[in-house]
Amino acid sequence: MDALAPATAIEHGPSLRQRLAARGFDAVTLLVIPAAIFSLLLFVYPFAFGFILSFEPKAGGWLANYQRFFSDSYLYDTIANTLWLSVPTTLVNLLLAVPIAFRVRLMRHQRLLTTILVLPITLGTVLVAEGLLNYLGPQGWFNRTLMTFGLISQPLKLVHNYWGVFASLVITGFPFTFLLTLSYVTGIDPALEQAGATLGANAWQRFRHIYLPLLMPGFAITFCLSFVQAFSVFPSAVLLGEPAGITRVISIAAYQAAFEEYDYSMASAVAMIMGFVQLAIVVAVLAARGLFYRGPASGAKG
Amino acid sequence: MIRDTTIGAKLWAAAIWTIVGFFVLNLLAMIATVITSSFATRWLGTWLPVGWTTRWYSSAWSEFQLWDVLMVTFQVVGAVVLISGALGVTAAYALARRDFAGKRLLVLLFLLPLLIPSITFGIPLATVLYRTGLAGTFWGVVAANLVPTVPFVILVMIPFIEQIDPKIEAAARVFGANTFKLFIHVLLPLLLPGILAALLLVLVRTIAMFELTFLVAGPTSQTLVVALYYAVFAAGVRAVQSIDAMAVVYMATTLVWLIIALRFVNPTQIVTRAKQQPAH
Repeated sequence: MDALAPATAIEHGPSLRQRLAARGFDAVTLLVIPAAIFSLLLFVYPFAFGFILSFEPKAGGWLANYQRFFSDSYLYDTIANTLWLSVPTTLVNLLLAVPIAFRVRLMRHQRLLTTILVLPITLGTVLVAEGLLNYLGPQGWFNRTLMTFGLISQPLKLVHNYWGVFASLVITGFPFTFLLTLSYVTGIDPALEQAGATLGANAWQRFRHIYLPLLMPGFAITFCLSFVQAFSVFPSAVLLGEPAGITRVISIAAYQAAFEEYDYSMASAVAMIMGFVQLAIVVAVLAARGLFYRGPASGAKG
Repeated sequence: MIRDTTIGAKLWAAAIWTIVGFFVLNLLAMIATVITSSFATRWLGTWLPVGWTTRWYSSAWSEFQLWDVLMVTFQVVGAVVLISGALGVTAAYALARRDFAGKRLLVLLFLLPLLIPSITFGIPLATVLYRTGLAGTFWGVVAANLVPTVPFVILVMIPFIEQIDPKIEAAARVFGANTFKLFIHVLLPLLLPGILAALLLVLVRTIAMFELTFLVAGPTSQTLVVALYYAVFAAGVRAVQSIDAMAVVYMATTLVWLIIALRFVNPTQIVTRAKQQPAH
């Protein structure tokens, strides 16, 4: 019997366990299973469930939810309202972040500034909304300062309208955009810029012909991540904006469908439309990124 | 380093620092407004309040049942940190050490909850949790909060584990360590800084996570940030100073953990995940 055992093993080739191990499946690989199951249960399944549920409306045919969304201006206007808030704020944040990141990268003590900028991100949108309600209000310090300097005679109306939400998206969005941009800008080998300077390029030329082409892919990703955050604005649009008017964003429509009308099917449809619009813009931006240079730019610094 | 000395370059630099200064000034003034208001007896139409008091803290404490809310917050955050640590670190280890078919798909699966904003997947998730009766309960809130934090831990830990030389593990095996001993005596001490950083970031993010908690929380499972939202939403019912006192309690809770976290992580890591590792 003992002599036969190895012979059968040769006949059948390596065991199933060995063959799987050669393809990278062994006991260690199994460690990924709990997290994968968790992700399937709480992320993939709800998403699929919501997608199917959105085609099972309370009344009407399978497309009734989508037909209702795109025929009711109170609902489809939310897309334009959300874009009208999220695109300008993302662009403002990015356009401010780029020159500042170029300046800060030369600083020796960046940590104090980055720590201050991390504050609004960690405090979150609810606290920023609450703070801005007081600060930008008609009796707040902002209007008071402007009036003391004689820049305005009447307090500006900055809360419960478009500008309140705009301000909150800049306060929470700018630090995020800036820190992301900074990490891309510092990842580029300064020797490239020095070579350009040696050859007589001025600051603008160095930015335009050396940094910009190298940074474009990074900026595209920064734009996408910042845009996605701004697009899903919710608490500040309710607390600081005009949730029945100009700042009725798409998250408010989804929330109201789910928790005020208790129409989870409609709410899922709105969430799917929201996801689709985001995805469309992200894909468009990332596709445009393919037009630029992609390759090593970090040098030896790593 | 290149230094430009032309007038244009100096003006440009000055303009940039002015913008940074303006932003930081407004940010700090906004936070100062909340703190000042929470200590004010009466503050209408003046630069500073008429008088100072601390009574809003005791009234906010009883009105908003802050003790209960704080307890729920810490329990939720504690459960989220422990579970996402256990699930995330094990999965990150497998993904860092093995190459197998479908790995890219799996990484994409873990990346998606971080790219899709929480409101978008929160609504279908809340629907499922309401159908199963889990929504409104403590574990419903924990489950919803885990959706972005488990992938976050995985993505922070993968590069951290990759930089540890597998030969160290092989050596431990050669000397007869079993998997458990290997984990306790070799991997855990090496990974501890990374795990600590990842879990502190999860902690800070979970305290401030509004959307998911808001969508699934019931009256007894509200965290501090959701309670704060409801208080601001129903402003006018209670004194502004009382809401501000609650906001200060929330700020203090977040900032204590932020300060602890910043001792171990670079501020940019809160945003850029695994970009900068403490390796260099």
